[in-house]
Parts: sequence; structure tokens; C-alpha cells
Amino acid sequence: MMIAAGTTKGLPVRKPWLTRLADASEPYLYSAPSLILIVAVMLVPLVIGISYAFRDIQLLNPFSGGFIGIEHFRALSQDAAFYGALKNTLWWTGASVLLQFFFGLILALLLDKPFWGRGLVQALVFLPWAVPSFLAGLNWAWLFNPVIGPIPHWLFGLGVMSQPGNILSDPQYAMWGPIVANVWWGIPFFAITLLAALQAIPRDLYEAASIDGANWFQRFCSITLPFLAPTIAITVLLRTVWISNFADLIVVMTGGGPADRTQIVASYIFTQAFKALDFGYASAIALVLLVLLLAYSMFIILLRQTLLNKD
Amino acid sequence: MKQSLLLIVAHRLAILCYIVLALFPLFWLLKVSVTPNDLLYSEGVRMWPSRATFAHYSFVLRHSAFPTFFKNSLIVSGSTAVLVTGCASLSGYALSRFSFRAKYWIVALMLLTQMFPLVMLVAPIFKILSPLGLTNSLTGLVVVYTAFNVPFATFLMQSFFDGIPKELEEAAMIDGATKFTAFRQIILPLTLPGIAATLGFVFTAAWSELLFALMLINGNNAATFPVGLLTFVSKFSVDFGQMMAAGVLALIPAALFFLLIQRYLVQGLTAGAVKG
Repeated sequence: MMIAAGTTKGLPVRKPWLTRLADASEPYLYSAPSLILIVAVMLVPLVIGISYAFRDIQLLNPFSGGFIGIEHFRALSQDAAFYGALKNTLWWTGASVLLQFFFGLILALLLDKPFWGRGLVQALVFLPWAVPSFLAGLNWAWLFNPVIGPIPHWLFGLGVMSQPGNILSDPQYAMWGPIVANVWWGIPFFAITLLAALQAIPRDLYEAASIDGANWFQRFCSITLPFLAPTIAITVLLRTVWISNFADLIVVMTGGGPADRTQIVASYIFTQAFKALDFGYASAIALVLLVLLLAYSMFIILLRQTLLNKD
Repeated sequence: MKQSLLLIVAHRLAILCYIVLALFPLFWLLKVSVTPNDLLYSEGVRMWPSRATFAHYSFVLRHSAFPTFFKNSLIVSGSTAVLVTGCASLSGYALSRFSFRAKYWIVALMLLTQMFPLVMLVAPIFKILSPLGLTNSLTGLVVVYTAFNVPFATFLMQSFFDGIPKELEEAAMIDGATKFTAFRQIILPLTLPGIAATLGFVFTAAWSELLFALMLINGNNAATFPVGLLTFVSKFSVDFGQMMAAGVLALIPAALFFLLIQRYLVQGLTAGAVKG
């Protein structure tokens, strides 16, 4: 097509250089607004943030700003709150991802076959996805509140709790509050993604299998799961990274308390930057988190390569 | 025959459980927001108060700063959605229709922005925006949110453009249209559903954003809904009825946009999950 535009009488004619320049720069012109924004608002601050990790930056202290080398990291290695946050991050991410995936998969399987009213059911069960995260957090914090919420009274009625108390202020179980809210909020994401993958499985495979006498479970194991596996792998990987960075629910519901029992690394970074206004230390923690996430992603990619090579 | 009937009943019951689980928290929000204060504590776990009132709503709308928060959030989310969709339809078109040398790097850069923790940027962005006078301003928030949402929206728009056959614009160009005219007059109108979906996604994302709004905004004048609601909660934490009325108000625009884009969710999130 480009040749057709530059051809007269069947012979290739070199276009004037200005036109060629315009043609070559066209895709760059289309991408320019997006790229400028990303570089200016994400890439540059990322680099600056990394440099902060090695400087003493406190917003309220005009004498700060000097280069202090790895001082922050030395402090970090002795920060018990940081190790607690690391442990809580594992717990928070693992429980949230597993439960979201499990309930999301079941929902996707339930919605896979057409039935009367499926469109309406989909709109209703996916609605939590549209609830703003701060509102989901507040909403669940209120449900757990014995003054106005029903959950403590139900748990008391079932004999799980000795008295209707607030789970969010109980150091031992507080983490379950944000996890439950996160699972409620995240089931639709997994269900939608897995449903899209389910719908892409050719239907005649199932027919062939049932003609051959395979029962439901056999069909699930030998058709559905292998087809879903790539989607499951990539969704779980991305979701793990995303949830370990997702501090909104914790900031809203517990603020990291009681006694730092629900503080994850992401909310710890935010607390250091927002409450303590210690930008240097916050950036140092953020850098450690970034390295850990990169290591995790590399590990998953390597694992995938090894598994693929084995087959 | 009997077994399949049993299966159908079990299936419908399971679906019902999911619906109840999904809707119950929102129902409770609504219930407390219409419960008069004198019944709130005496009728704690009743499913519906014996007397309903809209007093909390009228108080929130008349005597609190929530209308301002609502307006601010609407301005921020609306401008972000329009700007992002504009930028993303251009860059999505470039990724879908051109093959050029830097394409690989652009995609890699956009993927990178989806991987690192955004909370890392809280401090540096505050430091950069502060001397520019963009902290405590809606413009600053719009700029930040626009940049954050452009990568995902680009992949989304790219997947919509990929769905439109190339022959359409080639035909137009043979008829003498430039590539940009073909893009504007032929491709864009065909992507209108995709554009609507992108607008909805970005609007919802900007409407929900909390951490950067908390960091960049202080004071009521430029507060968005999340900031306003959280301030309200920490100040007047006993006015549950009013808080929940405000919560219901915050839910309305998000729910409306959800209904608008719900049909494209499967397509959109698949594009997002596969590419970013």
C-alpha cells in the first residue's frame, strides 16, 4: 500500500524527504501524548524516588536533603515493624489471592452455561467490582462494627465469639477483616477473566468427550483445566503482584492497627510518607518492595520456563 | 432425569448464594442510611427498620461539604476519563496499525508501569508537584490520574482497534484520504463502543483512587469524595446514618458507569489481563 502511494506508471518513485520523514514519524506522533505523560509522571518520579532512598528527605525538616548512602537500609534491617509488615504481606496476599481465585473459579463455572436470566445475574454478582475500594473498605468496617453491623452478632449467635466484639480491633484476627473485604471485592475480577477463558473453549470437545462416556469430573480435569491453565497462571501472577501493593482497604479499615498487626509493606510505605512525612525512609522501603516483586516475577518466569521445557 | 433436576436446583442455589454475598454489604449500607437515629441502636440486626427516613440524605446534601466533594470528584474523574481516552485512542491506534522500531520499547515501558508499586511514587510526585503549585489542586490530580490510567487504556483501545479490519481504512486511503482522516472519519466512529468502555473504566478508576488524593489534597475545597468521606469518618465517627448516606451517594456514579460498561467487561479485562 505504501508502495502504491509512491508509484506512478508502475515505477517506484522516491518520495520527497519531507514526506518520508512525516511517514516515519507518524506512529511516534500518535504515541507522543501518552508517552510524554508516562515518562513525566511515572518514570521520572520513579527514578527520583529511587534516589530518595539514599537521601535524608523529611518534608518538615528544612535541613534534610543530604546524601546519606545506605543509612536507611541499615535502619530498615533493624526495623521490627518492617519485618512484621513483610510477614503480614505474605499472609494478606496469599489468603486473598487463594480465596478470590477459588470463589471466582466456582462463579465462572456456574455462569458458563446459558440459563434464564444469566445477564441479570452477571450484572448483580459482578457489582462489587464497581464499588470504589475506599467505600468497600468502609462498608466492611461498618459490617464488622458491633454497634451497627450484623456480623459480630451473627458470630456471637453461632458461638464463634464469646461476645459481639469488633474483629478489626482484635490483634489476633484483625487481618481477616481486610482479607474478607478484599475477597468480596476481588471475586468478580477472577470470575470475569476465567469466564472469558471458559467461553473460548470449543464446545464440541465436551460433546465428543461425553459421547465417549466421560463424566463431569473427567471432562473438567482433561478439557477445562488444561484450557484454563495459561489464563490461571497469568491472572494469579499479576493479581499477586497487584494485591501485595494494594493498601487502600487496610489504610481505610484498620490503618495498619491494632499494634501493626495488619500493616503490610505497601501501607507501611504510605504511613511513612503520609503520616511521618519521612520521604527518604518511605522510598527506601519502596525500593526493597520493588526488588522483592521483581525477584518474585523472575522466579515465576523461570519456573514457567523449566516446566515448559520438561514437557 | 431426577439427577439433572437436582443439579439444576443446586446450581440455582449456588448462584443465589453469590448474589446474596455480593449484594448484602450494599444492602446494609442502604438500610443504615435510611434508619432514623433513635432506632439505629435498638433495632441493630433487624433487616429493615420499622420506620424509614431520608433525613440523613437531606442533611448530607444541605449542611455538609459533600456536594463540593461530589462536584470535585465529578470534575476530576470526568476530565481524567476524557483525557485518557483521547491519548489512549491515539497510542492504541499506533500500536494496532503501525509497525515501527520503538514499538517494542513502548509496550515494554507500558507493561513496566503496570508492574511496579504506585505507592512508590507518592513521595516524589508530591515533591515535584509542590513547587509547581499543583498540590491541593484538582489539575494536579487530573494530571497524575491521567498518566496512571493511560497504559491500561492504551492496551484496551489497541484490542478494540485490532478488531476492526484494516481493509476499511485502506479503501479510504485509496480514495485519497490521509491516514489521519481515515482514522478520524472511519475508524473512530466504529470504535465508539470501545471508547465508551474505556471512558467507563477510567472514570471508575479515578473515582475510587484514594492514596494519592489523600497525599496531594488537604483541606475541603479541593477534596475528592474518598478524601472527604474519610475525613468525615474520622471527625464525626458516630453519625453512622449520615456517613452511609454519603457512601450511597458515592456509589451511584460508579454503579451507573458499571451498568454502562458491564457488557464490555469480559473483553476489556481479558485484554488487560493478557497484555498488562
